[in-house]
Amino acid sequence: MDATQALSDLKEISSQVVDVVILEPDGSMLASTLGGEQAGRFAERVTKLVARADSARAVRGLPDLSQLEVATLEGSVFAVRGGERLIAATTRPDPTVGLVFYDLKHCLRTVDELAEQKAKPRRRGKTDASA
Amino acid sequence: MLPRRLLVILLLATAVLAGSLVYRRRAMRQRERVDLYAQDGSMVSMPGSSPDAAELLWLARELLAQP
Repeated sequence: MDATQALSDLKEISSQVVDVVILEPDGSMLASTLGGEQAGRFAERVTKLVARADSARAVRGLPDLSQLEVATLEGSVFAVRGGERLIAATTRPDPTVGLVFYDLKHCLRTVDELAEQKAKPRRRGKTDASA
Repeated sequence: MLPRRLLVILLLATAVLAGSLVYRRRAMRQRERVDLYAQDGSMVSMPGSSPDAAELLWLARELLAQP
């Protein structure tokens, strides 16, 4: 399983979620439910939105941003920061807020675990060579 | 010509309808908001009518409108 598969699972579980993107700490895109140019534009706009929200947070003297929801009549935009990565999603109008946050966090945790597993050096049936 | 009583009823019905439309529209507008959650668990909610929320709502609409 990889990040793209984790996003497919998320969309299957949460019918309220429309488009999703996962961004790396440097802002590059790890995975998205959109393809090609659309995915790039989506990631760019998410970065802009989160940066603007971060400024609004700083003005209010709040500690670092962990998650946000921007609710409009056309739908909502959610973003969750977990570990180093960020996941953002658009939903239909009037979503179940708690459920969407839960599903996004779960998806991000899955992706983080996958990345950790990949980063760990594989243990092979290592035997002491000096023996 | 309409009887006076019927005219009053019609006027009342129109006023109620207009009032409910205005109320509904205002309630819909109030649904627009920005909620920011911080790492320490604190949260700030900005109503859609606030100037601070305006840019974020605009950016969110752009994301939602994306084909």
